Amino acid sequence: MSELLSGPGLNGRGLALVPKSDAKQSMKEYKSDQEVRWCPGCGDYAILAAVQSFVPELGLKRENMVFVSGIGCSSRFPYYMNTYGFHSIHGRAPAIATGLAASRPDLSVWVITGDGDSLSIGGNHLIHALRRNVNLNILLFNNRIYGLTKGQYSPTSEIGKVTKSTPMGSLDKPFNPISLAIGAEASFVARTIDSDRKHLQSVLREAAEHKGTSLVEIYQNCNIFNDGAFDQLKDPEQRDDITLRLEHGQPIASASKAVRRAADGGIEVVPRAEVAENEILVHDAHRADPSLAFALSRLDEPAFAHVPIGVFRSVDRPSYDELMSAQLEEAVAQRGPGSLDDLLLSGDTWRIG
Amino acid sequence: MTKQVQQLDRVIIRFAGDSGDGMQLTGDRFTAGTAEFGNDLSTLPNFPAEIRAPAGTLPGVSSFQLHFADHDILTPGDAPNVLVAMNPAALKANLGDLPRGADIIANTDEFTKRNLQKVGYAASPLEDDSLTEWRVHPVPLTSLTVKALEGFDLSKKDAERSKNMFALGLLSWLYHRPTEATISFLENKFAKKPEIAKANIAAFQAGWNYGETTESFSVSYEVKPAPLAPGVYRNISGNQALAYGLIAASVRSGLPLFLGSYPITPASDILHELSRHKHFGIRTFQAEDEIAGVGAALGAAFGGALGVTTTSGPGVALKAETVGLAVMTELPLIVVDVQRSGPSTGMPTKTEQTDLLMAMYGRNGESPLPVVAPMSPSDCFDAAVEAARIAVKYRTPVMLLSDGYLANGSEPWRVPAAADLPDISTAFASAPAEGEEFLPYLRDPETLARPWAVPGTPGLEHRIGGIEKADRTGNISYDPGNHDRMVRIRQAKIDGIAEDIPPLEVDDPDGPDGGTRVLVLGWGSTYGPIAAAVRRIRKSGGKVAQAHLRHLSPLPANTGEVLTSYDKVLLPEINLGQLAMLLRARFLVDIISYNRVRGLPFKAEELADVIQDVIDSE
Ligand code: SF4
Repeated sequence: MSELLSGPGLNGRGLALVPKSDAKQSMKEYKSDQEVRWCPGCGDYAILAAVQSFVPELGLKRENMVFVSGIGCSSRFPYYMNTYGFHSIHGRAPAIATGLAASRPDLSVWVITGDGDSLSIGGNHLIHALRRNVNLNILLFNNRIYGLTKGQYSPTSEIGKVTKSTPMGSLDKPFNPISLAIGAEASFVARTIDSDRKHLQSVLREAAEHKGTSLVEIYQNCNIFNDGAFDQLKDPEQRDDITLRLEHGQPIASASKAVRRAADGGIEVVPRAEVAENEILVHDAHRADPSLAFALSRLDEPAFAHVPIGVFRSVDRPSYDELMSAQLEEAVAQRGPGSLDDLLLSGDTWRIG
Repeated sequence: MTKQVQQLDRVIIRFAGDSGDGMQLTGDRFTAGTAEFGNDLSTLPNFPAEIRAPAGTLPGVSSFQLHFADHDILTPGDAPNVLVAMNPAALKANLGDLPRGADIIANTDEFTKRNLQKVGYAASPLEDDSLTEWRVHPVPLTSLTVKALEGFDLSKKDAERSKNMFALGLLSWLYHRPTEATISFLENKFAKKPEIAKANIAAFQAGWNYGETTESFSVSYEVKPAPLAPGVYRNISGNQALAYGLIAASVRSGLPLFLGSYPITPASDILHELSRHKHFGIRTFQAEDEIAGVGAALGAAFGGALGVTTTSGPGVALKAETVGLAVMTELPLIVVDVQRSGPSTGMPTKTEQTDLLMAMYGRNGESPLPVVAPMSPSDCFDAAVEAARIAVKYRTPVMLLSDGYLANGSEPWRVPAAADLPDISTAFASAPAEGEEFLPYLRDPETLARPWAVPGTPGLEHRIGGIEKADRTGNISYDPGNHDRMVRIRQAKIDGIAEDIPPLEVDDPDGPDGGTRVLVLGWGSTYGPIAAAVRRIRKSGGKVAQAHLRHLSPLPANTGEVLTSYDKVLLPEINLGQLAMLLRARFLVDIISYNRVRGLPFKAEELADVIQDVIDSE
């Protein structure tokens, strides 16, 4: 078991136990025959296409992939993937996926969830999945609104959001999913956006290969109830200035801004022209201490002033399913495989007749 | 001094003391000696919900009742013949249950002014005339124990701790129990602390010798072994039997067991027990909450495991939505509800049968599922195997309704051979033939079960979920006609199981035409008290028939016929008539209910009176 407890930052073991396919795969095989039923223009389409075109690269046996979802617009996703799929109930996908992944290490298990599904009704399951570190990939489609129930504010909506349920504006402070995940001891935390397929796919690839629970927040536009929520990040005029790309070993900077250590011990964003190149903070996604990753997650306050995108944190930590399997093996090594007769006759027995 | 030995056919002993006095251990050891001796027996522990209530108070009293006999017995007994009271609180809390003439062995050392005050005794009941109805044996258990351990290198406090073993020794002498097993038990338990082991053994032997020499006990008693069917026996509690049944189901189905559970009284011991047997490939998952427990079990079932979740009533309420998902996705799942007193938190350590309607109907929509209820502690084993058989064969969640009385009670169990247990294996779906389409909701014409297609099987990639399914394809469907059809199919699948379970058997020595007018019906843990009551009636010449339902959903196919074969049907339940309501609605039979919801099992005597009243009434 000791080798489970050590290792490099990027573990890359996420798919080690999943059987590989010999055949060359294409996107077509991963499309199910079901008609896709999101609203025209919904960001979910782009994410679906990105996933369908990226998974063949993993070279896994298609039958060993499972998509599990909760309830919400995004949770329809499994129906459109020609893999195994389980569209479950509101908020519970991480729990269901945990049972599946913990008992079947030969599967690549993906959870598709939204901001309401994972951060409101399913908040408890999300944080526990993250701390437990079961081998799962959680894709959190964050559109900052309730879509399927027709437009109420969500736990990621900005304060003051005017919706049908909050005509005078919402009152509660939103969650920052990245901060939440890092606080919940997640071993892999990333953010990407529906409109940038290349970036989305590169993050998904890293997530897939990460052993343990990976959380990927995907900014997703709901063009019906919250259109334009992420426009600043898509607008060619400003996106390069506000997007801080996180790449391991690279300085954290946008076209015009850079991140550096602040005098008070924290980090700050300053105009790029004001800092020497060697003063710019270099991103270390594998840093054991999560405080810097957490500080990075706080940089988009106020909202969209500057938004880090990419892998905030990717550290190696034994996954729950590995540890669980190791315990079973250890038990067999110590006691031999279980014998039902021996079990039933254990303890004080006596014979009559 | 030679002492008189008296023969008895049965004895009920209750050990009572403070939670910290070790009464459960004392009871367990006496039970082991009694089992080894060959008596039939039945036990009932009773402990406070609080882990350590203030010492010496009434809420802190913990007790263990044991009924043993030279014949087969059915209950832990109504009223103790002997009460061992380790302090005034234990005396006061249990006195009401003692029949006139019962023996009281009281630890006089604890009857101090302070302890008496704690429970509202103005004067020591051992010294006034208030206990003249009973035979009181005042024994300074604590100081005798300390004295017996004088030669040991122990503090006075540590020495006092062995007083329960002194009491056990005394009772073992009084009832001629074998001592070797207890001695070797103590040696094992304290293997790492040989001094403590020796002290406990010395206290145990001192108790025995005290009985032999004191004048306070002039008679000792013998209860001959009971004639039980030949075989190897062990004593087993309901929770342990249930856990073993689940392991047996895993072995006999060939499916790895996955338990998703959240700690809750009185079900946690099943989680503890299963966690100890990982060498059977059992995965036990202590979840973040009840919902995650059942969710993970269902996820594992989707992956081809024998998915189980264990809980008590409040947990079942939380799991309802996921159980509904299991109904919709038609996956095997076992939901164990060890019922306890409700509503809400209720009385967590007390028993009840009040979750039947929740088990049957406590979900949104038409969501039928099978319900199985064990009738005795050891029957929890067979009931668990049966629940698994149905779940796996019919691809359905099954509710297994145990209760607190069964969970903690124990009785001798004739250990079955693994090979004699039913084979409950099932086949997963395999890849369809070339050119054939896989239909996830195509049913077996006989069982109406759909294929169990587990991830990793090529060619069976499919999507399931909570949205209504189109017949055969399993695709999402909002079609009104399809929904009506699927609602009926799901119901028909469960109803059809009636053909696959044994008919309801009636115990009626006079036969159908023998003139018996009254049938007593029961379900679950009331079997013992009902059967004991029926014996009493018959012994006094009365005629009564008895039947007991193990399957509550679906009911055995002949249930209606049985109910209408008698003039009167009496149904005692530890609820306000939940099964009675179901049977009345279904069979239009005017069931006579007898209901008490005190958190306690029925007493045989009480039920015998009720049965007699029904027999005597016009
Ligand atoms: S409501 Fe919004 S999130 Fe839902 S499908 Fe329509 S556009 Fe997409």
